[in-house]
Amino acid sequence: MAISRAEVEKVSLLARLLLSEEELDKMTVQLGAILDYMDLLNEVDTNDIEPMAHPRDVTNVFRADECRPSLPREEALANAPHRDAECYLVPAVLGET
Amino acid sequence: MSLTDLTATALLAKLASGDVTSAAITEAFLRRIELHDGQVGAFLRVDRESALAQAEAIDRKRRGGDPVGRLGGLPVAVKDVLCTRGEPTTCASRMLESFRPPYDATVISRLKAADAVLVGKTNMDEFAMGGSTENSAFRPTRNPWDLTRIPGGSSGGAAACVAASMSPLSVGSDTGGSIREPAALCGITGLKPTYGRVSRYGLVAFASSLDQIGPLAWTAEDAALLLEVLAGYDPADSTSVNLPVPRYTETLGQPLENLRIGLVREHFDQGLDGEVEAAVREAIRVFESLGAAVRWISLPHSKYAVATYYIIAPCEASSNLARYDGVHFGYRTDQRAMVAELEAQRKCLEQAGDEAGLDALDNALVRLYRKTRSEGFGPEVKRRIMLGTYALSAGYYDAYYLKALKVRRLVRDDFDRAFGEVDLIAGPVTPTPAFPLGAKIDDPLAMYLFDLYTVSTNLAGIAGISVPCGFSRGGLPIGLHLQSPPFEEERLLRAAHRFQQATDWHRRRPRLAADVA
Repeated sequence: MAISRAEVEKVSLLARLLLSEEELDKMTVQLGAILDYMDLLNEVDTNDIEPMAHPRDVTNVFRADECRPSLPREEALANAPHRDAECYLVPAVLGET
Repeated sequence: MSLTDLTATALLAKLASGDVTSAAITEAFLRRIELHDGQVGAFLRVDRESALAQAEAIDRKRRGGDPVGRLGGLPVAVKDVLCTRGEPTTCASRMLESFRPPYDATVISRLKAADAVLVGKTNMDEFAMGGSTENSAFRPTRNPWDLTRIPGGSSGGAAACVAASMSPLSVGSDTGGSIREPAALCGITGLKPTYGRVSRYGLVAFASSLDQIGPLAWTAEDAALLLEVLAGYDPADSTSVNLPVPRYTETLGQPLENLRIGLVREHFDQGLDGEVEAAVREAIRVFESLGAAVRWISLPHSKYAVATYYIIAPCEASSNLARYDGVHFGYRTDQRAMVAELEAQRKCLEQAGDEAGLDALDNALVRLYRKTRSEGFGPEVKRRIMLGTYALSAGYYDAYYLKALKVRRLVRDDFDRAFGEVDLIAGPVTPTPAFPLGAKIDDPLAMYLFDLYTVSTNLAGIAGISVPCGFSRGGLPIGLHLQSPPFEEERLLRAAHRFQQATDWHRRRPRLAADVA
């Protein structure tokens, strides 16, 4: 089940990546080869097999519902590439036509 | 014998007896780093001043008769995937080049509480994705046994710094073999604990159901010492288990009566290098001579492990790495240039009257994400994000991700059955010794297939260790892989220790010329 260049381009948007023409070409070939290899799994009969998402059978782990200190705003913002005194700043998107 | 040739256990004895100070030991290892790391490239950052200050503080404690922690003044190197408060934590990625975490990973807190001297952060494949450390955005690490070859990965710096005697102990992470594989290729001991044994809090996430932190050192004895400090329940990681941590160093010398070792038939199949096979078979004979009963077993689904792993790990990675958006922390593209480019594209489409093109054009926020991520991530990380996103996307989810999760269950069932018959499973860690830098860089699938013996340990969530068991004719180290049922690290360490009492592969040291000034 090889992957087409158009699909690779579509996935790059889903993945929030922007690939150059050259990268798209290379990615199409490489992902194609990798996905071809994955077809090996079609040999395996997995009817009635329960999927295993995790090595341990964990259920939700709750802590007591009590107030605890959280990361102070200044520390949370300290690594932001672009910010003001209180918020992360991003390019305007609302109000676009 | 110089201090840097000694094991952590031997150094600790000297520290405890007052023979030597932590400052002297730390200085000796820092000197090794200065002499040799220019050519090896194991470290991304060396904290000389703070390491010496920590060492002196611990020496003062000891002199004053105050209690000293378990690692009482021993240098420890830390893979740059573990958050250190206020200090750069890059994951060897441009994306995190300037990131300074606001908190310490739990294992960092535990190391500090144990009075370890943190000497620096080690190089790795970007975001721990790779098996050669060539995917570091900053520099490759070279194998101390042959500088033209890779050290393995992704914890390549962690393994190389121990092998080059630049640190007696080192902490790595293992998602599909990233501790065991570089340990094997660098001729040292590396242990991947059972999933849940060590807290992952503050470990930058790659694949959350597979990642585990563990020790690298020359000997099983030293690995036991470090694991005692790393392991334990942590309320901040809900997948860490609330089980007591055995005193691994105390039980290490206890004999393993009636040990049953299984050899996986499928692992001695085509693709295994003859010299690696010979060394591993010889290691098995050593265990037999020590009284172990060896038998062949089958893990029928092992041939599907690589395909299963390289669906599940990228799926989890694509989700985990969605957080790198150029907004909250880390790299961000030049916003002004990005907006100008977008406007130019819009004008161009408008002039052409291309309505469909205009509809498809990114808005500024989406373009910010896309430019940021494309500039911040290297090729292998992009490849895995793409693979994971594809395998999780509508229409392919069942065929890839769900299918892989089902085969994962079968891989785990194979182990459960096998461990009904044997106590440990033994085999090779890697199909060949270390390969030359660049040999597989353009062939991702070949790189993935190099992981065929190690990925199932992570899929199943069990424990595994790599132990030096020989050398190729070309002088490259070879590793023996031992795997145990969940939470039987004690058994692994005892077996590895017993083996190391009968062999001297773990005592060999590479010869490194001083860096050319």
